Amino acid sequence: MKQAIALTVNGDVYEVLISPNQTLLEVLRDKLGLTGTKKGCDLGACGACSVLLDGEAYLSCLMLAVDAVGKEIVTIEGLSEGGDLHPIQKSFVELGGLQCGFCTPGIVMTAKAILDEEPQPTEESVKKKMAGNLCRCTGYKKVIESVMSASGRMGGKQ
Amino acid sequence: MNDQNFDNKNTSFSYLESRPLHIGASVPRLDAYEKVTGKEKYAADYYGENLVWAGVKRAGVPHAVLRGIDFSSAVKVPGIVRVLTHEDITGSNRQGVIRKDQPVLVNDKARHCGDAIALVLADNKESLKEALDLIVCDFEPLPGVFDSEQGLRNGAALVHEDNADGNRLLKGEIKTGSGSDAYKECDVIVEACFQTQSQEHAYLETEAGWARLLANGKLEIVCSTQTPFRDRMEVAEALGLDPTLVRIIAPYPGGAFGGKDGVTVQTLLGLAALHSGGRPVKMWWNREESFVSGTKRHAALMYYQLGAKADGTLHFLDVRLYFDTGPYDHLGGVVLTLALEHAGGPYRIPNAQLTGWAVYTNNPIGGAFRGFGVTQVTAAVEQVMDMLAQKLGMDPVKLRLKNATKRGDRSCVGKTMVCSNGLVECLETLSKHDLWKQADDWKSSAGPFKRRGVGIAAAMQGSGYGPVVPDYANAKVELTSDGKIRVYCGVVDMGQGNASTNLQIAGSILGQESGQMELVLPDTDRTLPSGSASASRCTYTFGNALIGAAETLKQRILQRAADLFMASGPHEMALIPGSVRHLPTGREVPLFRLVKFFQDSERIAVHHFRAPVAADNIGVSPEIKLHGLPHTLFSFGACLAAVEVDELTGAAEVKRFLAVSDCGKVLNPQIYQQQIHGGIAQGLGYALSEKLEVEKGRILTTGFSTYIIPTASDVPEIDSIAVEIYEPTGPFGLKGVGEIATNGPLPAVANAVADALGIRVFESPLTAERILEAFASNGRQESSI
Ligand code: FES
Ligand code: FES
Repeated sequence: MKQAIALTVNGDVYEVLISPNQTLLEVLRDKLGLTGTKKGCDLGACGACSVLLDGEAYLSCLMLAVDAVGKEIVTIEGLSEGGDLHPIQKSFVELGGLQCGFCTPGIVMTAKAILDEEPQPTEESVKKKMAGNLCRCTGYKKVIESVMSASGRMGGKQ
Repeated sequence: MNDQNFDNKNTSFSYLESRPLHIGASVPRLDAYEKVTGKEKYAADYYGENLVWAGVKRAGVPHAVLRGIDFSSAVKVPGIVRVLTHEDITGSNRQGVIRKDQPVLVNDKARHCGDAIALVLADNKESLKEALDLIVCDFEPLPGVFDSEQGLRNGAALVHEDNADGNRLLKGEIKTGSGSDAYKECDVIVEACFQTQSQEHAYLETEAGWARLLANGKLEIVCSTQTPFRDRMEVAEALGLDPTLVRIIAPYPGGAFGGKDGVTVQTLLGLAALHSGGRPVKMWWNREESFVSGTKRHAALMYYQLGAKADGTLHFLDVRLYFDTGPYDHLGGVVLTLALEHAGGPYRIPNAQLTGWAVYTNNPIGGAFRGFGVTQVTAAVEQVMDMLAQKLGMDPVKLRLKNATKRGDRSCVGKTMVCSNGLVECLETLSKHDLWKQADDWKSSAGPFKRRGVGIAAAMQGSGYGPVVPDYANAKVELTSDGKIRVYCGVVDMGQGNASTNLQIAGSILGQESGQMELVLPDTDRTLPSGSASASRCTYTFGNALIGAAETLKQRILQRAADLFMASGPHEMALIPGSVRHLPTGREVPLFRLVKFFQDSERIAVHHFRAPVAADNIGVSPEIKLHGLPHTLFSFGACLAAVEVDELTGAAEVKRFLAVSDCGKVLNPQIYQQQIHGGIAQGLGYALSEKLEVEKGRILTTGFSTYIIPTASDVPEIDSIAVEIYEPTGPFGLKGVGEIATNGPLPAVANAVADALGIRVFESPLTAERILEAFASNGRQESSI
């Protein structure tokens, strides 16, 4: 019943034994120990589990691990390069785009996808694209400010 | 992770650019790096080798006698370790903060759908799920109580047969002046009944934890909690253990807001770990389970009569409150008591008759939720204030200013307000803001089929535990053997930022930057008892204790350095980042060297602080006093909502929001604003969209697709202004900011909708359907606004 698959996560290849019905979120957290990706609902309604697949944001709780085979998966653990924070992460730290932080990995990964697609977004556009990522703590104001500042920090470039 | 050693778990901040820690500066949160990189380990993130998954069989029925539990098929599922029931519990099997009325595992009857019937331990999640589905409960259904007024009637089904007061958990009565008789002396009276709904906390991290039993008999529980020290006692008593054998370790919760004030997974996990054969156990409620079994903001029914003299001077208040506390006390009596204390808002009202009931029902459990009873009554009193202003033909800001308490005045329960009070400043700042000054222009420029209104509300929020239950903290600060400053936090940081603020306080006193600081999160074995993370008390109470501990350590360091340098005294020495300098000569000694001249016992300084309490004798019963009335420290606020209503759909949209708050001096503006913004967003969800549908005790909205909390595109532009009045008893002049902002949004929005449409919606949330319905029946009720 179990099946061996290979997943490429943050540039590393992991061979892992899974059940075909296991979600990518479950495999990341329970099998690979990558607990930076959070679970807030397991039903595609909160965005806490957002990761990048070939550069696009996906809800890992809605995706079967087997469907992620052959894709480049990036999780929050793989965003900063060698100890240096990614500019998006820096902005969230500086501007206080987080409180409890449980939504933060998902929000940061979504922000990455937003800014890759639209390097100089308007605030309205960020709000709209971030609407699938729930945050119960911050009221979003500083979250949006952090994304806008990251856009500036990245020089409006991809 | 099984070899997890919690004794060395300290967080240091050397990876962040080291920053000066000044009071009043927007120092970035020191938990941000860990959280933004995914490294922070929440309770939900603990796994480990040879892990056992624990799950709960829930009642699924609101009220029924439990005749038996058949788990014969469940235990046969491959991978099942144990199935446990109440028979496996050797302690009291009861939990609760004031009244211990909640079973860990049901032994007699189910009192709400989320009651825990059996605990299953399994090798993996699949087996766990299969076994839970196979457990059969033999229930004999009982008639239920689903409404608080109905619960008080004679002949209502009883939720607790052994409660002498029937379904009445607590009744509170307060009379000041001539009470209801003052009715006759009023020139104007307004009257209304308000109904506010249950609200779900909806923290992103559902209830989670991890536990193990060590070979030496110690039970270690890592959990998402606001109350580690109280949890330890509760777990020990319920399971019949020596409390010193229970250790609660509290990482940062992924949100809590009151919903983790008290036991959720803790006792169940403890029980599981006692029966898992030494294996670590993990429990993590899914979202639906969190909805069904977690606590809620109390649904409330509130009857109000407010009377005034012709010039707008408030004279009389009559209030009756019915709070639906669900099947267990939890903190229901305390919530009701705060509601009574704040029923008259932040105003002088010389004659009041306040009565309230917290009523047992078979609905979901009512418990602590940011605002804690104050949110409900603020919604009511701030709406009747607007109704009164309209009847008097008075400006709503002026009416509030006219009656606003100042220091030395009495609140509506007769308590003399002795703390700093910036209510007048809040209201004046609001009235000078463009959103208020230009309200008429803004309203008149509404587009076709749109109507606009501007509404305001004022609020106060008592903080701390009240006059009886000691509100204390014990801070501990250490000069580590490598010369760092380590702060042991006794109070949980569930996101509000107090851990970071603690470092700011200690760092500021000891002259250190963030790079020299270390942090230990609450842990009953390592940090000292300091009460709950609740009641807007965290930084006030713990901060005061921390100042004492940090000052003690500072004196010790300076004295030792002065002795070494043969200086004339510590006044010649200064702490600078990483070192102590002898000012006259400029010579320095690094802390990592200086510490060699300390005995271990000298490296640690502790300080105890107990918050001041009200000394007023206002003639309430000892029981009500025990439940926390009256408070002595209050935060204040005034807010404004600019709302646009769609005439065709009834949908109300908040376009702009202004909050002016007096929470004393602000220690960190960034963290302060986060607290205000977050409180407003939760308050706006409560006002407009968060509708917990409960039908005969069953929650129908058990996820985020049906229970709608605000998203990034729902929250309007927020202006937040701090009116910083120095509070002499606060650490550096601070008062609590945790709850005040949650109280204003509902009444401000309701007042704005009434301003826009000329009709009032008395039931929250103000959904499009309700607004449309009220609008349609406008003609029938025009006099009632
Ligand atoms: S956990 Fe995937 S969307 Fe909520
Ligand atoms: S910071 Fe807590 S949910 Fe977003």
